Amino acid sequence: MNNNVGLQRTDIVEIDPTFLFRWEEPQRAYVLLYPEGLVKLNSTAGEILAVVAQTVAVGDLLDNFIAKYNNPDIADDILTFLEASNERGWVRIKR
Amino acid sequence: MSAAGSESSVSAPVKVDGEGLPLWLLLELTYRCPLKCPWCNNPLDFDRYRNELTTEEWVDVLRQGRELGALQLGFSGGEPMQRRDLEELVGEATRLGYYTNLITSGMGLNEQRLAALQRAGLKQVQLSLQACDAELNNRLVGADAYAHKIAAARAIKARGFPMVLNVPVSRYNIEQAPALLELAEELGIEYVEFANLQYYNWALLNRSDLLPTREQLSVAEAVVAETRARLGRRMTIYFVITDYYAERPKACMKGWGNIHLTIAPDGAALPCQEARVIEGLKFPNVRDHDLGWIWHESPVFQKFRGESWMQEPCRSCPERGHDYGGCRCQAFLLNGDAASTDPVCGKSPNHHLIEEAVAAAMAGRPQNRLIMRQRGLNVA
Ligand SMILES: C[S@@+](CC[C@H](N)C(=O)[O-])C[C@H]1O[C@@H](n2cnc3c(N)ncnc32)[C@H](O)[C@@H]1O
Ligand code: SF4
Ligand code: SF4
Repeated sequence: MNNNVGLQRTDIVEIDPTFLFRWEEPQRAYVLLYPEGLVKLNSTAGEILAVVAQTVAVGDLLDNFIAKYNNPDIADDILTFLEASNERGWVRIKR
Repeated sequence: MSAAGSESSVSAPVKVDGEGLPLWLLLELTYRCPLKCPWCNNPLDFDRYRNELTTEEWVDVLRQGRELGALQLGFSGGEPMQRRDLEELVGEATRLGYYTNLITSGMGLNEQRLAALQRAGLKQVQLSLQACDAELNNRLVGADAYAHKIAAARAIKARGFPMVLNVPVSRYNIEQAPALLELAEELGIEYVEFANLQYYNWALLNRSDLLPTREQLSVAEAVVAETRARLGRRMTIYFVITDYYAERPKACMKGWGNIHLTIAPDGAALPCQEARVIEGLKFPNVRDHDLGWIWHESPVFQKFRGESWMQEPCRSCPERGHDYGGCRCQAFLLNGDAASTDPVCGKSPNHHLIEEAVAAAMAGRPQNRLIMRQRGLNVA
């Protein structure tokens, strides 16, 4: 188990397989369901996790968002969010 | 660009904005159960409910629940393993897109049924355990249950289910908190919930025998804090102090008719599992009405929704948006008026009822006269 929160560009990330992540039409949002709880994600967080749900390398994910929004500054925010999600156990490094 | 979510869980009562949708659906499939827990929150006259919903009727509830926006689904009871159609219902719920939780005592949960439940898409299991020695555990539940529960726990973990170990806390078992946490760690359980008892139904009957002392609670709290620090992310421990020792009531159900919907074995729709203790309410039944009408329109679900029903001191209290005035069932049971302030609140004119109950419990003990859950008890 990796207790080191810092994510590397080469890390492949995925949603914890015991969680359920999907678009929920009545909420008009992505939701994450797990034991004893649920999270309704704001549009940005949902957009990021929707990419993580495809199982992806951190570096590729960052590059795609930078290109999509034509803004290199968002990389830090996205990485912070991914690391917080890893810390919370929503997202894990695939090995 | 900022990224965050609004979070809701039993431990972190951050509001999830359900936008008025019943996000949490709890199905009490049956009140039948082989155990006799003297704190059981099922009705005292549980054996009078013989007209359980059929498989088809439950499937219809599941379908309607999803249409209303329900996401988290609990299969509870009574003992849900008593229903032979549980696997079928879990399968249907999975197809509909629920996150499915099984809430069980472990009785009847054998390897074969667990495998079938996993095939049906079950996501998570909550298992109740009362003590970590067979003698006390079996005494508390009135049956030979300990070995089954431990075997069930091992089987659940062997299949990789995330698991909540639910420990209903009373003065009899609270001192086992350290040993229970060790056992949970050894079994690889991710979530441990020390469930302080809610004093309704059987627990209220036995209240003066069950209430732990303040000292017992603070010792257990220290053990929990130490274990949290030691295990970090490996284990999440929920420990909520019993509201009898709190200054403010719990934000019960996060508000009446706000995000929780319970369907009782006979199809009665309840804003919370305990709501049947409130006399004079006619609960709508899924056999007579569709779930949308029940949730949005029925008088019972609107009765204590929002704030307009509140009396003083809640009505003008700055904390009312935070705890919704506490628990309607507790207000009814102890004050005789479901719209009054939960007497657990220090601002309630009836708060002395709680203090007196604690004092009486501490003075008259130990009685060791637990009334076990049983049929046909004449409580009049
Ligand atoms: C009523 S039981 C039904 C499921 C199953 N028979 C069991 O006991 O696990 C649901 C959960 O509520 C807990 N429980 C029962 N009575 C309670 C009470 N008065 N206060 C708090 N929790 C209670 C049980 O420990 C169990 O985890
Ligand atoms: S709390 Fe005990 S008696 Fe009540 S349903 Fe659960 S196992 Fe049965
Ligand atoms: S008076 Fe009512 S709203 Fe205020 S803290 Fe007490 S229970 Fe909550």
